[in-house]
Amino acid sequence: MPLNRFTKDGHPIKFVQGNEAVVWGAIHAGCRFFAGYPITPSTEIAEGMARELPKVGGVFIQMEDEIGSIAAIIGASAAGAKAMTATSGPGFSLMQENIGYAYMTQLPIVIVDVQRGGPSTGLPTKLSQGDTMQARWGTHGDYTAVALAASSVQEAYEATIRAFNLACKLSTPVIVLLDELIGHMREKLVLKKPEEIHEEPRSFPTVPPEWYLPYDIPSDFIAHPSPFGEGYRYSITGLTHDRAGFPTSISAEITERLEALREKIVVHKQEIWDWKEYYTGDARILIVAYGSAARAARGAVEHLRRKRFKAGFLELKSIWPFPDGPLLSAAKHAKYVFVAENCMGQLIHPVKEALAGTHIRVVSVTRYDGHPLEPAQIVHAIKEEI
Amino acid sequence: MATQLSEIHEYLRWRKRFPTVWCAGCGIGTIMNNMLHAIHDLQIPKDDIALISGIGCSSRMPIYVDFNTLHTTHGRALPFAIGVKLARPEMTVIVVSGDGDGLAIGGNHFIHACRRNIDITMILINNSIYGMTGGQVAPTTPLGARAHTAPYGNIDPPFDAVELALAAGATFVARSTTYHIIQNINYIKKALQHKGFSVVEIISQCPTLYGRLNGIPDPRDMLLWEKENAVPLAKAKKMSPEELKGKIITGIFREDTQKPEYTEQVYELIRKLSKSNGGK
Repeated sequence: MPLNRFTKDGHPIKFVQGNEAVVWGAIHAGCRFFAGYPITPSTEIAEGMARELPKVGGVFIQMEDEIGSIAAIIGASAAGAKAMTATSGPGFSLMQENIGYAYMTQLPIVIVDVQRGGPSTGLPTKLSQGDTMQARWGTHGDYTAVALAASSVQEAYEATIRAFNLACKLSTPVIVLLDELIGHMREKLVLKKPEEIHEEPRSFPTVPPEWYLPYDIPSDFIAHPSPFGEGYRYSITGLTHDRAGFPTSISAEITERLEALREKIVVHKQEIWDWKEYYTGDARILIVAYGSAARAARGAVEHLRRKRFKAGFLELKSIWPFPDGPLLSAAKHAKYVFVAENCMGQLIHPVKEALAGTHIRVVSVTRYDGHPLEPAQIVHAIKEEI
Repeated sequence: MATQLSEIHEYLRWRKRFPTVWCAGCGIGTIMNNMLHAIHDLQIPKDDIALISGIGCSSRMPIYVDFNTLHTTHGRALPFAIGVKLARPEMTVIVVSGDGDGLAIGGNHFIHACRRNIDITMILINNSIYGMTGGQVAPTTPLGARAHTAPYGNIDPPFDAVELALAAGATFVARSTTYHIIQNINYIKKALQHKGFSVVEIISQCPTLYGRLNGIPDPRDMLLWEKENAVPLAKAKKMSPEELKGKIITGIFREDTQKPEYTEQVYELIRKLSKSNGGK
């Protein structure tokens, strides 16, 4: 059971799993609807939401499968609720079609993927980062993903709050990529006070219904379809639609729609990007990692600095859209970039793409047996290479 | 009872999306008309109605009508509707679905919605075939009937949607046909007034695909076939299984007001817990 302790300035402290931190993050961000289906290693999120949501007036429902779960949260979002689901690899695969639906219809939702080893049933109780690319390309068609990450229990809490705020601001699905290690390990969690939490509200239309264009394309490219029941009756469809929300097959309207959906993410990418830097100022060797791999990378860079290597570490706390700006800046003096991942090498691809115009050598450090990367493996790989 | 045509226009979108995608002679337009009559007769405000569908010919209905409409992914209308209903319990939530959308790809959601007894009305339009994709075999295609993916005759035994809904626990279950329009309006009205999960299956005609592939290409013949083969439930009870072969049993099969409704239970729990939590 969590202890009832407080920091000196009155913040509640808990000793909880990453999955429980997600529950608190969601509730503090204003989540009032959760639909989910049990799957290891994410189940504690559903259990926590079932326990806590009704206490704050929110709705929990365990659906018949993951497809039903994501469909229900999109329905709740259309009705104005801040809604979330949580799953792991196989369930995340099942949700992909409807992630595209939420993207196309610009309905904000949050999906937490506590990654486990794959492909297929894979390693239900062991960690992986093998969904990095599924989060980006999983749904069909041209799609621009937003995905955040966390490498500690505290960060899982904060990433969940951020995910809701970004989803509401950008009217798009936001994915939180955790992994089994982060989801299941216990660490100190310092909760925020209500007044410290910025809660991005759901947008409501300001024009009379007869002027209302739910899928208009304003200068920031974000459409905010009105929640149902507010007197703005309109059409929501996953078909490519015009500004009024009706299906279209007119070339100009199709192109404009697809471009607006992409642009709204691209023009806000600097707001989405989140990262941490360690010793990057003069780093000739740069490690790039996120999630549980970032914990090993932190150990590796500390070790290398003690041994007087000019090593630095860029920890990504947002993955998609890929933070190429922060990478280029952190790699300014780098000769080598090592991408450490708990999979066969996925994050390395956008890193290579971002560094394509440089002479930096990009090397992959991977582990994919379900166990966490260790600092020694990263140090060894670096010493082998340079 | 039946309203004038001009009153129906009130329910069609002012940015007119006509003509519809439906073929000449299709039954879906008739059912849309019947649904609008039922809503008009009950005087449910348009703002309070959410009409939700999946994918298919019948699932195009929300595009044309002036409600809060959600045209979703194939087979998933019910879980989307559950999300809407639970987030806005005061809304009247209607799902319109075809037999493929509702019983094949959405079959699992269908039985679970019946089980939960959530206050949603599902109008299940059964034309025995996949229309939008061009005439493939459906989970309701009769044995021996032809479809483009059953070119030598269907060997898959069909579902009986009413039996399925009854077994899964729906609390209002009725069946009618596109020939029996007054009955349709009445059943949809009863379903909308029912507190719980209500299913109205309406046997419809697809002359373009089912009809042409099975020797009844004229929609009038298909409607006459519905008329001649429909047997009211009371009469059917007195008939032998042999006599009922190939017949469409119509009527209200269940109207149970005792089983608890899901949304009310969810909110009852919330009321209880938020009180003990000091309303925090």
